Amino acid sequence: MIQLVLEQALNGLQFGLMLFLLAAGLTLVFGIMDCINLAHGSLYMVGAYFVAAAAQAADSFWIGLGAGVAGAAVLGLLLELSLFRQLYKRDHLSQVLATFALILIANEAVRWIWGPAALMLNPPEALSGPVEIGGFFYPAYRLVIIAFGLAVAGLLYLLVAKSRVGMWVRAGASNREMTEALGINVQGLFTAVFVFGAALCALAGGLLGPLLAVQVGMGESVLILAFVVIIIGGIGSIRGALVGSLIVGTVDTLGRALLPTLLRALLPADAAATLGPALASILIYLLMAGILFFKPQGLFPARA
Amino acid sequence: MSLRLTALAAALMLAGSAHAADQIKVGLVSTLSGPGAGLGVDIRDGFNLAMKHLNGKLGNLPAEVLIADDQQNPDIAKQTADKFLKKDKVDFMTGIVFSNIMLAVGPAVFQNQTFYISANAGPSQYAGEQCNPFFFNVAWQNDNLHEAVGKIVQDKGYKNVVIVTPNYPGGKDAVSGFKRYYKGKVADEIYTKLGQLDYAAELAQIRATKPDALFFFLPGGMGINFVKQFVAAGLSRDTQLFAPGFSADEDVIKAVGSSMMGMFNSSHWAHDMDNAENKRFVADFQKEYGRLPSLYASQGYDAALMMDAAVRDVKGKVEDKAALQKALEAKRFKSVRGDFKFNTNHYPVQNYYLRAIGKDAQGRVTNKTMGTIFTNHADAYVASCKMK
Repeated sequence: MIQLVLEQALNGLQFGLMLFLLAAGLTLVFGIMDCINLAHGSLYMVGAYFVAAAAQAADSFWIGLGAGVAGAAVLGLLLELSLFRQLYKRDHLSQVLATFALILIANEAVRWIWGPAALMLNPPEALSGPVEIGGFFYPAYRLVIIAFGLAVAGLLYLLVAKSRVGMWVRAGASNREMTEALGINVQGLFTAVFVFGAALCALAGGLLGPLLAVQVGMGESVLILAFVVIIIGGIGSIRGALVGSLIVGTVDTLGRALLPTLLRALLPADAAATLGPALASILIYLLMAGILFFKPQGLFPARA
Repeated sequence: MSLRLTALAAALMLAGSAHAADQIKVGLVSTLSGPGAGLGVDIRDGFNLAMKHLNGKLGNLPAEVLIADDQQNPDIAKQTADKFLKKDKVDFMTGIVFSNIMLAVGPAVFQNQTFYISANAGPSQYAGEQCNPFFFNVAWQNDNLHEAVGKIVQDKGYKNVVIVTPNYPGGKDAVSGFKRYYKGKVADEIYTKLGQLDYAAELAQIRATKPDALFFFLPGGMGINFVKQFVAAGLSRDTQLFAPGFSADEDVIKAVGSSMMGMFNSSHWAHDMDNAENKRFVADFQKEYGRLPSLYASQGYDAALMMDAAVRDVKGKVEDKAALQKALEAKRFKSVRGDFKFNTNHYPVQNYYLRAIGKDAQGRVTNKTMGTIFTNHADAYVASCKMK
């Protein structure tokens, strides 16, 4: 039983940290630039395709991951300079329409270049098996993902909470006009944040590629979760994104694992079999509704 | 006089409605993108190979095959099917992979009195109470391959089994099919979301349950990820994997690789079956597409052959629905799976075989036929079908 709980906790942590990589970029773009970027999931998809293509070409997962992340950062830079810069001043409806168009363009472009079938991305051979930690087995690759996620979370914390750039970012998130008035190059800052967000997307896409599948439309489902995370955590807050990700990751994993068993103890077998999976899949939305009811600004609102 | 003329004209018009068509149109709606794409692509490629073998004709008439992707989405499938039925006025429809999509599209097709030749989806509804003269399944009823696995798991003496399947009609059919022949203890039934790709939570649950065998039905990309993650979690040491042929065919083997060796599965067809039609099909499929065909490809191939034989039987008069139905029921084509016949509910009565994954003579990891599980096996729903 302890082993089961421990394993599920690790699974929840792994899922949550990957969500965090996505939510961190999204919350900054949303919070600082006041720009709704629906195409954030497309950056995740395109990043994953870059990683898969580069990994195939170089025949090495790690080289592919590095090249893919760099490629996505360049793409993010081009997008920011060409499109998003025009969108910051527009209202949210224009932003939603423009970035929704980007989703459609990205999906069709990927289908056109790589075909409709999913690309297979395999983890490095050394990590494809299980490792033993204190008498129980856990997939080595998932441990590596957890390590990556923790490292990025730590780095982001140092960057945002301790560095000068981070101070500007936080200042921009809580009061944009005042930050500009203080003589900070907000436009350059916006570009940097956007590019960083795109790179994090590609990192998440590349790391999750071997666990999921690199395919058209992979961005949309994860985008919804990322929005749930930043709404729970509070828009614009990195700390909120981390806490929100871990909550969503854990609740989703535990819900899927425990709810069916729990319901079976309470209800007749066939009702439990129908209700369990359905309830597990809406659990995080129930959670979001609950948190919004008590804290409409999210757990850690950036603009208090 | 004028009354007689009118009567004559009416008679001519009526006769004219059963004239021979000059072209046969087939609407193939299938899942060609997303996690289930491998299945749809194989059905399409199998169908196209048959069209090539038939020189682009069905029953000696030039044929046009309209192909569309349903993106594994019932709404998109319905819209596309409506367009094929109303605008293109197709004579046959085929191609749907998933039962939930089949059940969404079926009513419109039947109402339009168009024959649907299913090359995959075989929901229990259309085998039993909702059976329809316009629905034929050239593959199997959903339960059949699972029943065969249940029989094998029972015969091999496993006592503690966990079942994993997606939460959709095909998944429910899988569980009832498996349990119809497996009588031992089911330690857990795990229902996952259709299209789910990460199975960490479910695998932890399986580890805690410690089953001696695991039966899973996860078609397409779901199965690929499940087997990969199952092996990565180190569960393959204590638990023997069983699956219907869907989760252990060439598409999955190609993606997962040698870690699948030793896995048992069931099928009504195998690429090593020894008959002339199959040998030609397998050899030409490899030549054309550069890969071994899967059971889906064989089903797509058979669907085209079935249409061809029926159109030939009615001499191209596809408007005569009753005659066409009789011709389809008669099944006058040679299937790549060997002989079979249609039951009264338009589902096959056929043999099911045990296959095991291993290395073949050329060192490829692939399926090998080990023996027969069922002979002339019918589905469990035929009794409640009152075919009109």
